[in-house]
Amino acid sequence: MISAFGKSFQWPSALTRFVLLALLSAALMIFDHRGQQLQQLRAVLMVVVYPIQVAAGIPVDLYNGLVAAVTSDKDLKERNLVLESERQQLLVRLQQFDAIGNENDRLRAMLGAASRVADRILVAELMEVSLEPFSRRLLIRRGARDGVYVGQPAIDAYGIVGQVTQVAPHVSTVTLITDPGHAIPVLDNRSGLRTVVFGSGDQDELTVPYLSRVADIKEGDQLISSGMGGVFPAGYPVATVTTIVNDPGESFLRIRARPTAQLNHGKQMLLIQPAATTEKPKTP
Amino acid sequence: MNPSTTTRGRLILVAIFGVALFMNVLPGPTWAEPFIPDWVALTLIYWCMAAPQRISVGVGWTLGIILDVLYGSLLGQHALAKAVIAFLTVHLHPQLRMFPRWQQAVSVFVLLVINQLLITWIRGATGQAPGTAAYWTPSIVGMLLWPWLFVILRDIRRRWHLS
Repeated sequence: MISAFGKSFQWPSALTRFVLLALLSAALMIFDHRGQQLQQLRAVLMVVVYPIQVAAGIPVDLYNGLVAAVTSDKDLKERNLVLESERQQLLVRLQQFDAIGNENDRLRAMLGAASRVADRILVAELMEVSLEPFSRRLLIRRGARDGVYVGQPAIDAYGIVGQVTQVAPHVSTVTLITDPGHAIPVLDNRSGLRTVVFGSGDQDELTVPYLSRVADIKEGDQLISSGMGGVFPAGYPVATVTTIVNDPGESFLRIRARPTAQLNHGKQMLLIQPAATTEKPKTP
Repeated sequence: MNPSTTTRGRLILVAIFGVALFMNVLPGPTWAEPFIPDWVALTLIYWCMAAPQRISVGVGWTLGIILDVLYGSLLGQHALAKAVIAFLTVHLHPQLRMFPRWQQAVSVFVLLVINQLLITWIRGATGQAPGTAAYWTPSIVGMLLWPWLFVILRDIRRRWHLS
């Protein structure tokens, strides 16, 4: 009877409210999609919902704590040995790298080309929280206070991870290269072919559309960022071509690639601050 | 005197929706993604059915906006979807209450599919619709969980005399 009472009483206002809220949602979506005006509002709301995100991370933190507690001394020592040897190898490679870098600088100076400045890097820890289902986005514990900005590229030890798409004071969202809405300009490291790699929504798959059947691309090719588009710096590994299907009925090749970055493992990623290359065309 | 209008009743409802939001963003492995139902939608449908004079489009819309912020999705996307299912549930609540449990579950499935359909349309229009068939399984999981969720939420409602 309450319902009958409530219904007869609330019905017209519910419809009105629904229509108004639907219009409001539509307006919000248009503004959010088209422009940057709502970034501020979102940043404020992100602070408001922060406690929910922290709470969601607690079970995983507890689990990790438990795992750490039961990890034996022996395991840790073994792991330490492995890391130590890995570090030695990397240091040896770095020596060569320094020498090559210096040589490269000298050669570039001789040619009068702008010298490549090393990128600055900010380590960001992942927040254990799931974002929208069937999108590939992550939350990191770095925000506007740490100098993170929208469009900042993120990498890990193996390749490009994605780019920052939303920034709040303490956290920001990184859209992975596997997100269905993401695209990244790349270069085939073998043939120099330039193309664009799209996310598929699958966690371990990227697609390379719009390549005609005569395109010089092979299975196993390494795709590196080309630096076009201005978001990602050039020269970082992005993906490896896994399969190429040449269907005569279609005008384009169906190409699948696997991201080189470890998108599903790892607790950290690196945000790069691409150093501005000083373009100074010198006349000899 | 309606106990649900008291501050305590209000706090309990806020806590229930808080738990639903928390469960929606609980981290899990990627392979488990298709098996996690939309807890917020399910809880919203229950309360719109059980207490339509208190919980309706306004609450649905607010929950949707919070989800949009939590998920980092387009602002207004989940808000619109949740407002739509809240509106439909409030509109249909006399019938839904009469249905046997399995039929109710099927109706909930339809509502959940409408919810997901709206979200795919919006994501498609902004250029990022997920293309996998697995995208729809959360609605099926939600339907299968409905009878249990219904009993749990009904017991909570009776225990604290909400509505």
